[in-house]
Amino acid sequence: MTASTEPKMEYPNPLPRPEEELPLLEKIWNPPSGWSFITVVNNEYVGLFYVGAAFLFFLLAGVLALIMRTQLAVPENDLVSQGLYNQLFTMHGTVMMFLFAVPAMEALSVLLLPNMQAARDLPFPRLSAYAFWAYFVGGLIFFCSIFFDLAPSGGWFMYPPLTSHEYSPGHGADFWLLGIGFIEISAIAGAIEIVIGVLLTRAPGMSLDKMPIYCWSMLVFAGMVILAFPAVIVATALLELERSFHWPFFIAAKGGDPLLWQHLFWIFGHPDVYIMFLPAAGLVSMMVPAMAQKPLVGYRLIVLALIGTGFLSFALWVHHMYATGIPQLSLSFFNAASMAVTVPSAIQIFAWIATFAAGRLQFKTPTLFILAFLFVFVIGGLSGVMVAVVPFDWQAHDTYFIVAHLHYVVFGGMVFPLFATFYYWIPYVSEKPLSERLGRWVCGLIFIGFNLTFFPMHITGLLGMPRRVYTYPAGMGWEGLNLTSTVGAYLIAAGVLVFLVDLARNFRPFTPKKAGNVWNAGTLEWLPAGEYAARSIPIVTSREPLWDQPNLARDVEAGRYYLPGAPTGRRETIITSPIDARPLYILQMPGASWPTVLAAFGTAVFFLLLTVKLVVPALFAGVFTIAMAICWMWSTDPGPSHPPIDIGGGIKLPVYVTGPMSHSWWAMVVLIVVSLSQLGCLLFAYFFLWTVSPEVWPVGGAALPVADYPFAAVLLLVLSSCAMAYASRALRAARSWPVRFSLLSAIPLLVAAFGVELYAHWQSGLRPTDSSYAAAVYTFIATQGFFVAVVAVMGLYTLARSLCGLLNGRRRATFDNTMLFWHYTVFQGLAMLAVVHVFPRLLE
Amino acid sequence: MLNLADAVQSALNPQSPVSQEIATLGWVMIAGAALIFLAVLALTLYALFARDEARAVLGGRELILYGGVVFPVVSLSALLVYALLTADRIVTRDEPAAVRIEVIGEQFWWRVNYLDAAGYTDAVTANEIHLPAGQAVDMDVTSEDVIHSFWVPSLAGKVDMFPGRSNRLRLKTDRLGVWRGQCAEYCGAQHAKMAFHVVVETPEEFAAWLAAQRRPAAEPLDPFSQRGKTLFLSKECGKKKCCADCHSIRGTPAKEEEGPDLTHVGSRRWIVAGTFPNNVGTLAGWIASARHLKPGAGMPSFDRYGGEDLRALAAYMESLK
Repeated sequence: MTASTEPKMEYPNPLPRPEEELPLLEKIWNPPSGWSFITVVNNEYVGLFYVGAAFLFFLLAGVLALIMRTQLAVPENDLVSQGLYNQLFTMHGTVMMFLFAVPAMEALSVLLLPNMQAARDLPFPRLSAYAFWAYFVGGLIFFCSIFFDLAPSGGWFMYPPLTSHEYSPGHGADFWLLGIGFIEISAIAGAIEIVIGVLLTRAPGMSLDKMPIYCWSMLVFAGMVILAFPAVIVATALLELERSFHWPFFIAAKGGDPLLWQHLFWIFGHPDVYIMFLPAAGLVSMMVPAMAQKPLVGYRLIVLALIGTGFLSFALWVHHMYATGIPQLSLSFFNAASMAVTVPSAIQIFAWIATFAAGRLQFKTPTLFILAFLFVFVIGGLSGVMVAVVPFDWQAHDTYFIVAHLHYVVFGGMVFPLFATFYYWIPYVSEKPLSERLGRWVCGLIFIGFNLTFFPMHITGLLGMPRRVYTYPAGMGWEGLNLTSTVGAYLIAAGVLVFLVDLARNFRPFTPKKAGNVWNAGTLEWLPAGEYAARSIPIVTSREPLWDQPNLARDVEAGRYYLPGAPTGRRETIITSPIDARPLYILQMPGASWPTVLAAFGTAVFFLLLTVKLVVPALFAGVFTIAMAICWMWSTDPGPSHPPIDIGGGIKLPVYVTGPMSHSWWAMVVLIVVSLSQLGCLLFAYFFLWTVSPEVWPVGGAALPVADYPFAAVLLLVLSSCAMAYASRALRAARSWPVRFSLLSAIPLLVAAFGVELYAHWQSGLRPTDSSYAAAVYTFIATQGFFVAVVAVMGLYTLARSLCGLLNGRRRATFDNTMLFWHYTVFQGLAMLAVVHVFPRLLE
Repeated sequence: MLNLADAVQSALNPQSPVSQEIATLGWVMIAGAALIFLAVLALTLYALFARDEARAVLGGRELILYGGVVFPVVSLSALLVYALLTADRIVTRDEPAAVRIEVIGEQFWWRVNYLDAAGYTDAVTANEIHLPAGQAVDMDVTSEDVIHSFWVPSLAGKVDMFPGRSNRLRLKTDRLGVWRGQCAEYCGAQHAKMAFHVVVETPEEFAAWLAAQRRPAAEPLDPFSQRGKTLFLSKECGKKKCCADCHSIRGTPAKEEEGPDLTHVGSRRWIVAGTFPNNVGTLAGWIASARHLKPGAGMPSFDRYGGEDLRALAAYMESLK
């Protein structure tokens, strides 16, 4: 590293810095005080709230597990009723997966990611605050359903027909469907932010090959969330439509099929396992080098392994469905793919072992948790190979063997790394590190308790004990094993209790003074930081800048690097290019805001009211939410409010860009990818149902509306897109009224296209409750209706900005984003029209 | 405590060629997994604690390539071939089935229809399946309501039961005996108490059993059982639906098929989907307090009947051999 010879280095900014620079920077980044504190958006605060909330849900779901283990301690126990037990295991699985594991990983990235890249914050700070509050309030409401006997009891996998209206009347299943659907939306919001954050807000010089492994793992994580979560959102929407309006997607008698749910659920559900594991693996890959004081061995191989896992995880979902009667040939493919995914995990495991060998591991608490993780996760991986084998799974599936396997993988692969993370990164946010002495107890108790709980379950399962049973008869040979598991569960709880004691004694966050880099780690999150993160943004020349650039911390804090102040008087960070991290422009970021938090509360209340079928109050909550969102948006898109800024080293950056230069434009592109994934799932559902029940399809198009209708709809859609394109040209030419007129005409054109399609099917006598075909057609229409409504609001918002003089040829990010989503909506409408009207006509 | 010793439900106690193949495959993988685990453990300890110059050998990309790529690719390829060949042997059916049985999962019991050559129902029973030893039997499994899964671990792997779909499972074993099975797909409130038994007997015994199952119910001989029959057919039970409104006993006016067929309930070893051994006491207890013993099941508690009535009903049930 040539940069390591200190005095030769050319610094971007000279010393001493102007006296007023630092106080101004501090003032701008200070969190609000008093009641307004909850509107804070700084990533350190939101990140800590977020991690805390996720950990709270871990504790709550853990308590549910303890009750279950107590019930199963002895045969024929009647501590809890079957009704409560079924709610307990449903809530345990659901809360752990949806309210703990995935949010915990997003939460840690809010806390760590910007600082690892020496960005001042994530690119959309208000969006992270919104995602957190929506998740926290929604999650608490969802959890409380168990106190009112309102919790879902259909299992975390919610298989219909058990969860449909006939066999699960009442609101329990609706709590699941709306609650989880909504929390997934918050997860997707977080994922979009992570993609943009990783790709566009790295420190100058931090090219992709110098990016910390954790950032890679979060990039793959976010990509997987973006592609996988729409599947579960679509599935929950379909099931809710069946429950509320009797649209028969899963009812065999009307051409539906319960297997459709299983496909959609596991297309999401299997990637979800890696969605939890990859960030944890990324965290381990950060901690191992620090604890061994050696760079990670096999950086490139690990990056390949992360990407490979991401791809392969989408080809595994059927291994949850080996017993459903799918033909053996298909199963063979999924058997092979499920084995192949072992390779990327093995690469990472051996890379960590190689790093141990290359360095010298310090046996501190994070290390102990990492070793425990390796021990447990290797067993989980090996039992995973066993259940990937089709004939073996015919026995193991849905038994306690799977309960054992999944906890070895998920608890092993995610919870142990999470505790390592707590011990490792708490000095980064707290005045004091956690206690080494208590930490060893925590690790020991959890490790022994975990193996005592879950190892015997392998045997219990092979001895024939199925999962999800609230009791079991004596004399089956399961008693001793179950009692052992229960004892183990209490040991885990004891370990967690000791951890809470440790937190109470030593965890002191939100203080200006941090314990800091106690491990002598090499990455940027350990730079000294204030509320504004690093004082100046360094030039990165290696993967472990703090090891390779001596005095980096001192120089960064002195303000010698880029952007040492806040020249525009607002919160700012540097946007850099995705591959080689060249500075591109200054992103001006919004600060704390009430509307953001209120919008999150509004969203949660909207979904709650919808769940209990209070439709009119729900509508009020919805309108309130949209109003708050508009308030929150209004101050964004500031336009070129400031001349280009010198960030140091002779680099002058604009403060405002639009179109494909803009981070917000790329966020919209990612949102369109989400929408495409959703569209793909809907198309999958349509064609899957056709393969199952071709008899309810209008073969040859006989029962379809006449072709005039779809032609009219196509024409209207295309005209609507043309109106937007015209508006774009007029905006460039700075002609305001043509812009407004085109915007205003594009909306009715889009609405009319939707109306024509709806009317066409309605007048032909088709009703969504008729058959799975009819339900699929009306689902396309309803989806398009939803997109049209969203786009119409965006259009009116853009129009309002034009009328207020906030839109012109240069200040047009709002318009560009609206237009992009507009074209997507038109594309989606055309695609749906093509499928609905052309495909049946091709059938014979 | 029930004595279940004669009704094993364990994948580790294989009693048929298919479950034996799977158990062998399982043991091979368990042994392999144990060896690999110990090797990784040893490697980790070596990387941590060996002399510096010795452990440095492991500190390069070679370890990752050999351990993380070459070894898994080779070993998993071999396992894949073994696994696919095993699966192929299991699903290949090289002889026609001697017996076809339709099993329909219902919340929370098993309807069992023996089919004749033309596919029509020949004999109806519930929760107890008899098989002739040494002969191939096809189980066509489906569901009447939600998804269930048919699983007798000692005889075969599980197969799911879907409403609107039928899956086929081939069973064949030489071992005489009784094996327990249980629903393996969560199916609602009483998923835990949805078991059944498979009785494997000699072809002669099986033929005799099937012939007996085809016959209508015998008329009860003693007056006490007669009284039970009268009660069974009575419409005055204090509930919306009485016995004969849900159950059928062929040869009597009771013809409803909502609940299990009781024509030969006295011949079964167990009642309530494998939950209680069949005797007068459990029968009477079940009739009196089904809602308490298996909350969520379709059967009401006939709490208006006194002890004498209950014993009479139970005696009638027991007489239905």
